[in-house]
Amino acid sequence: MQDAVRELVRDGDTVAIEGFTHLICFAAGHEIIRQRRRDLTLARMTPDVIYDQMIGAGVASKLIFSWMGNPGVGNLHAVRRRVERGDPEPLELEEYSHFGMVCRYMAGAANLPFFPIRSYYESDIPRVNPKIVPMDSPYDDRERVYVVPPLRPDVAIVHAQRADAGGDTQIWGLMGCQKEVAFAGRKVIVVVEEVVDESLIRRDPNRTVIPGAVVDAVVEEPFACHPSFAQGYYDRDNRFYLEWDRIAKEPESLEAWLDEWVYGLSDHREYVEKYGDAYWDSLRPGPASSGEVDYGRYA
Amino acid sequence: MTDGVSYSKSELMIAASARLLGGVSNCFVGVGLPNIVCNLAQRTVAPELQLVYESGVFGARPERLPLSIGDPTLATGSTAVTSMFELFAFYLQAGLIDVAFLGGAQIDRHGNLNTTVIGDYEHPKVRLPGSGGACEIAIHARRILVIMRQAQRSFVERLDFRTSPGHSGDPAHDADRGWHGSGPTNVVTDLATYGFDAETGEMLLHTLHPGVSVDDVRSSMGWEPKISDDLDETAAPTDEELRLIREELDPGGVYTK
Repeated sequence: MQDAVRELVRDGDTVAIEGFTHLICFAAGHEIIRQRRRDLTLARMTPDVIYDQMIGAGVASKLIFSWMGNPGVGNLHAVRRRVERGDPEPLELEEYSHFGMVCRYMAGAANLPFFPIRSYYESDIPRVNPKIVPMDSPYDDRERVYVVPPLRPDVAIVHAQRADAGGDTQIWGLMGCQKEVAFAGRKVIVVVEEVVDESLIRRDPNRTVIPGAVVDAVVEEPFACHPSFAQGYYDRDNRFYLEWDRIAKEPESLEAWLDEWVYGLSDHREYVEKYGDAYWDSLRPGPASSGEVDYGRYA
Repeated sequence: MTDGVSYSKSELMIAASARLLGGVSNCFVGVGLPNIVCNLAQRTVAPELQLVYESGVFGARPERLPLSIGDPTLATGSTAVTSMFELFAFYLQAGLIDVAFLGGAQIDRHGNLNTTVIGDYEHPKVRLPGSGGACEIAIHARRILVIMRQAQRSFVERLDFRTSPGHSGDPAHDADRGWHGSGPTNVVTDLATYGFDAETGEMLLHTLHPGVSVDDVRSSMGWEPKISDDLDETAAPTDEELRLIREELDPGGVYTK
């Protein structure tokens, strides 16, 4: 992870760490904080605790998003301090709706100049974001859509359950827009719970979401999503999301948390050790295997 | 409180909302109260209800109360897990969603909602989460149910920002929009339930919760409410509804105390 961030993430880049509640790569965010990247534009549908940590640590000057908050808990205090009071400095915002953000990645991934959607009618959102533009259908001028521009992050960081060493990546559970952001990214870092043999990937090709052809780095980093989750590997740590509300409320307590859990550790392995085995055991789900399908052998 | 049975305001809001889902098939669920409402409806008035979450889950069967709309319990055992593009494009935008729940920091008399800012957009007094999927949900779900606590600062004459469109106040205009959605049809608060006047698209006081007066309602909103000719009292939760809420849906009382 240290090497991937050092080599691929540069000051001033647009960086997207995606994952919708599921598969949010906190460990990558922590490494970006640790390497003190600056002036990033952070893109993400749902800036939640991970971007509160990164923005509180001062890595970003701009945020592209569609919903910001601590899901099920409340506010992002560090983000709000910067937006409401410019404390310690202002944060530029560029906002969409969820569908708009997804379709920005779609346009980026599919090499389209824009993507049309039926949304934003009679909403104030296009008024505050001039990149959301109304357009009449060329086939029927009574049909009006809004278009959003492509989003091609300089670096897309995607977590997944498993990949082979070449970056062929499989995901199950909530997909978010992991596939779209990976194809849209100019550089792509895939972080996985397990690097597996290529033969295991080939046994179930329908589950491959991202081919190694678009991946620049593969990092094996177990528990890298904590406090987010990896379906089948560990549960969402809701206790931490609740706890973050208290930690982030004051700049001092946020700084103390960063000192203890990010700057004070050399990598994510130390973070995992610091929690200890019993903690990770408490987040382990019971089994719910899908069984297997038979692709058939056609020799 | 009626008949010596005691229940919380939240439990009353949940029961009143669940009854609005009778016969509904595909329902877009939010976290918190709407989640309990939909699960209660599935066990009572709408056994065919498919729970749809914007995180990409169609037909969820959660085995525990999810704290977020992306909880892993929603994926396990569901009918389908889709990409978010498919969920928004094929399910929502194409018109498959019958009902969706929305809320907000502010609502106006026509059911327009603000989840973006309090104060000026560039220099907000309070920065709220933003749209999420709410803007497109408001446009495409065939009807919208709103669950909100009611107060002067949330039921306002003028929104600070219109995130999600409701009725325009001009029914001819609304009918001509060509949207799947017919906008908000019901609002359930901690004081009362409302429908919307077909002539004007304006919120219409339907029922008062037990012990609540019209003056209580009036002093908790920023406009003079229109009152239904058939103003009634909100039916209290039944024993069975309370049992389901307390024993199965929210045994920890996270959302219902």
